[in-house]
Amino acid sequence: MRIVIDRRGDFEEWRDHARHLLSAGIRPDAVEWLDRAALGDDLFGADEATFETKAALTVPRGFVECAQVVVCHADLAAYGVLYRLLWRLQTERHLLSITTDPDVVRAHQMAKSVGRDSHKMKAFVRFKELPAVEGRTQRQFLAWFEPDHYIVGRTAGFFQRRFTDMDWVIATPKGSASWDGDALTVSAHPACNPELVDDTDDLWRTYFANIFNPARLKVKMMQTEMPKKYWKNLPEADLIPDLIAGAEERVRAMAAKPATTAPKFHYSIHKIKG
Amino acid sequence: MKKSLKHRLAILSDAAKYDASCASSGTTKRDSSRSGGLGSTEGSGICHAYAPDGRCISLLKILLTNFCIYDCAYCINRSSSNVERARFSVDEVIWLTLEFYRRNYIEGLFLSSGIIRSSDYTMEEMVRVARDLRLKHNFQGYIHLKTIPDASAKLIEEAGLFADRLSINIELPTDAGVEAFAPQKHPANIRRSMGELKLKIDEAREPTLKTKRRKRFVPAGQSTQMIIGADATNDATILGTSARLYGGYQLRRVYYSAFSPIPDSSQHLPLIKPPLMREHRLYQADWLYRFYGFDIAEITHGRADGMLDLELDPKLAWALANRDRFPVDINRADKEMLLRVPGFGVKTVMSILTARRHKRLKMEDLARLKVSLKKVKAFIVADGHTPMNLLDRSDLKAMFMPRPEQLSLL
Repeated sequence: MRIVIDRRGDFEEWRDHARHLLSAGIRPDAVEWLDRAALGDDLFGADEATFETKAALTVPRGFVECAQVVVCHADLAAYGVLYRLLWRLQTERHLLSITTDPDVVRAHQMAKSVGRDSHKMKAFVRFKELPAVEGRTQRQFLAWFEPDHYIVGRTAGFFQRRFTDMDWVIATPKGSASWDGDALTVSAHPACNPELVDDTDDLWRTYFANIFNPARLKVKMMQTEMPKKYWKNLPEADLIPDLIAGAEERVRAMAAKPATTAPKFHYSIHKIKG
Repeated sequence: MKKSLKHRLAILSDAAKYDASCASSGTTKRDSSRSGGLGSTEGSGICHAYAPDGRCISLLKILLTNFCIYDCAYCINRSSSNVERARFSVDEVIWLTLEFYRRNYIEGLFLSSGIIRSSDYTMEEMVRVARDLRLKHNFQGYIHLKTIPDASAKLIEEAGLFADRLSINIELPTDAGVEAFAPQKHPANIRRSMGELKLKIDEAREPTLKTKRRKRFVPAGQSTQMIIGADATNDATILGTSARLYGGYQLRRVYYSAFSPIPDSSQHLPLIKPPLMREHRLYQADWLYRFYGFDIAEITHGRADGMLDLELDPKLAWALANRDRFPVDINRADKEMLLRVPGFGVKTVMSILTARRHKRLKMEDLARLKVSLKKVKAFIVADGHTPMNLLDRSDLKAMFMPRPEQLSLL
């Protein structure tokens, strides 16, 4: 049985298919999940299944929440993992509690990866200001971001709750989100990098370079948390190689500098003779 | 000629980097969708960037000014230093915070300051920044203010209405250390400030009789920082001081800051490489104390000099010194004892507790939870696994020691 997915990351779409498959008693290993976008025009794909029954399903608490995250995973295998869990849950009601079961572990790992990507989106989106729009007092911002998974939809609400008083668009190759003060709009359509420039980035770069302490170099730690794949869209990241290369010399120079005498105001404040 | 904003930003962020804290977590949940303003806090903090020193950049961490009438030997801003001086106006700090926030560089502001004129004068300017951000600009992001020693109670109270977190640094782990290196600071006054703030926080937590609502007052609590390695204090004393601070003043965090060379440093202090590994071990020990049920004495009694082992993490060091408490049966042991197994984190322990209600756990189960079997195998019993005589081996410690680094040819 071939199932073709139209909207990657859409939980409802997966759920509708899964309900049909389950009520028709189709085993997980008999289902092949395909991505419409990856198929192109080659429409040999889908089996036009005509299911009659659509029984109501009950699943344990926690499954829906987990599935809503896992379905966003960039690996299409996520759809199969979820259906296999659903299948097994019909007879193994405690399955989700068996935290060491291979299917449960796989789903958790996928959920973790999606969660991390969503967290990194909240951290690494960088808005650039656009010229004002006539007739609108709200300032205009646009960000370009490249997520690993299909997370724009589930992460957009965070930006709406945070940047309420400005108009913004977040564009990504996996869809976009925008806010105009009234409505949050999410689109699955892939966007292109607008390559914008914002002068305030220069102040941010100044801050980034100066908050760094060259005496405490820990490059590996930095890269674990801020992997290189994100660097190309971070205005501060191209400073990093020079900051690392110059660190040792700066510390050496600091140590080599001879002691100085205190400035005049020091003596006047503390009422000591200079 | 007045220095440009960019130049002053360079000076006043350079001057702020010796404060370790950049946390933006643990405050109340807020968002702007109802108020129509700017900013939110959703529980967990967000690190918006990492500097090559591995530290998280979550907040715009700057000084209002680095002019200072105090002369603390360890501080880059002490009055006897020839470091370049600068000052922001209140409105400039507000502008930077809001513009940085709008571009999603930061979670909020961590504002500290050198002391100019008087404690109250300086504190009042800092409070103005926080008040205007909240009231004039409807800013809901995170604000951390460093309180100025000896500022008046009224100003601290006002600061607490607008800030998420307040902190005052105890600077060095012992009173004698503070007196020697920070002649204008007084440990008793610092503790009094912490104590008064704790009382006010407790008071605000009580719902009022009329409205049953709690007043918002320093919702992310107070924290402090100690410099490590500037004097000869050992780890047992440092951790003892931390335990008293956590217990007595209910601090949310004690930060340890490895003493780091500063430009134009005082001749009274060692020009050393910052003891980063020692700082790391102190944080691990601090974690064991707060989340793993360890007493400070248990963690530090292993060595006569009161120092933590730099080569082994403190949990593993404790386990090796207390082999009679092992092996631990993962299918039967209680949570407290599972938390003491080197290699098990809190999440792993919770997973074990959930899973074992339904099946007996084997080593393969642990492997799937991404536990390092190499690390735990000597300390646990699982279905089909006993540690044999691993625990009796005299070279058990050596098995965990870091591999010697290969010598390179010149």
